Amino acid sequence: MRILDLKEVTKNVRDLFIDACENIGDDFLSLLRKYQSKEESEIGKKVLDQIIENDLLARKEHVPMCQDTGIGVVFLEIGSQVVFDGDIYEAINEGVRQAYVEGYLRKSVVKHPLDRVNTNDNTPAVIHTKIIPGDKVKIRVAPKGAGSENMSLVKMLIPSDGVEGIENLVLKTVFEGGGKPCPPIIVGIGIGGNLEKAALLAKEALFRDINDESEDEIARQLEIDLLKKINELGVGPMGFGGTTTALAVKVNVYPCHIASLPVAINIQCHASRHKSIII
Amino acid sequence: MKIKTPLTDQDLASLKAGDQIYLSGTIYTGRDAAHKRLVALIKENKDLPFNFNGTAIYYVGPSPKKPNQVIGSAGPTSSYRMDAYSPLLMEHGLKVMIGKGPRSEEFKKELVKHKGVYLSAVGGAAALISKSIKKCTLIAYEELGAEAIYELEVEDMPLIVTYDIYGNDLFAEGIAKHQKRKI
Repeated sequence: MRILDLKEVTKNVRDLFIDACENIGDDFLSLLRKYQSKEESEIGKKVLDQIIENDLLARKEHVPMCQDTGIGVVFLEIGSQVVFDGDIYEAINEGVRQAYVEGYLRKSVVKHPLDRVNTNDNTPAVIHTKIIPGDKVKIRVAPKGAGSENMSLVKMLIPSDGVEGIENLVLKTVFEGGGKPCPPIIVGIGIGGNLEKAALLAKEALFRDINDESEDEIARQLEIDLLKKINELGVGPMGFGGTTTALAVKVNVYPCHIASLPVAINIQCHASRHKSIII
Repeated sequence: MKIKTPLTDQDLASLKAGDQIYLSGTIYTGRDAAHKRLVALIKENKDLPFNFNGTAIYYVGPSPKKPNQVIGSAGPTSSYRMDAYSPLLMEHGLKVMIGKGPRSEEFKKELVKHKGVYLSAVGGAAALISKSIKKCTLIAYEELGAEAIYELEVEDMPLIVTYDIYGNDLFAEGIAKHQKRKI
């Protein structure tokens, strides 16, 4: 048994959100540069240049790379031997509150989806919890912007739709989104489970390392094929046309019902911000 | 190419989809909530908080400024959410809108009708864009926070002409040029 001080959770969540909004990963910047060098559109090349320059400036001046500092998404993995005195969800939301108020991040959360009054501290975050073996707590956070989130969807395909049906759905979704989700994008895809599981798989796929590949052979092949096909759509940086529409495709899978083929597509803009810590 | 507000019809006629330009002068911010209010004011025949003639509306909800800043990070938001409001504003003199991403066919028709232009800033380049904003003054709807209307003085704000007065569409043209796979 390990007793975890919830103040530590709050402090870490605060720091992770500020860090995520200001500091894009080196791995991500390298990938952007790689695509910039082979982008065929002249405007596309310039747009990618501006994005890289922006991300470096945000890091240097400790300011958010994008003004949409998102709604907070938190994936929490709690070791079964960890106990805490109090409400861990409140501790996380306090971390979000501190990050957005003290870190000069934009408050973009409304209390009710229909009366739309701002909560003024960006709480509450959307928190997903898993219980895992051990005595550690893993916290992964992402400030998720709305421009790309609004281009996402869940669709209940049927088994006969197969890989072709999934590919068509993804290509159509990306093409119709065009410049709206701020390409170059990362495409998180969840296949299997059921309605809500597919959506969670897709969201979690966006938290994967930008350069990793799925351990599942079928998913890995789909990631390779879809990335190539998406970049043949011609949408390009910010939708102005070009060869860089997506930087990565991440497919996460889960068993499902014999009659189902749930597919969720979660689009991530080029401000691909996520950070994690194990405490 | 460099252009400066107040923008004349001649200035707008010189802009072609695909041009990369640098804008200087006075522009105003406004996004979803501010648009809703502007449209309500027009419908009620009330005075507007600023004059649309020769200026531009920039679709932006900046992040809070740090003590040493003029404005926080200030990149464009998705323009299509303003499509429902823009035609009425164009009827009342607005000709230049700055945002990001494609807009509706209806909007494009209205834009051509009013000889307006739609300019894009690079989405997500918010820290960089904020460098071209030299002054930021609240002029209406303080209670809307990031969604309030601010008067901005910009200097060499980097923009891309996306829809011009001739009906050209950079998105459609650019994608057609690079599309190797049809859906």
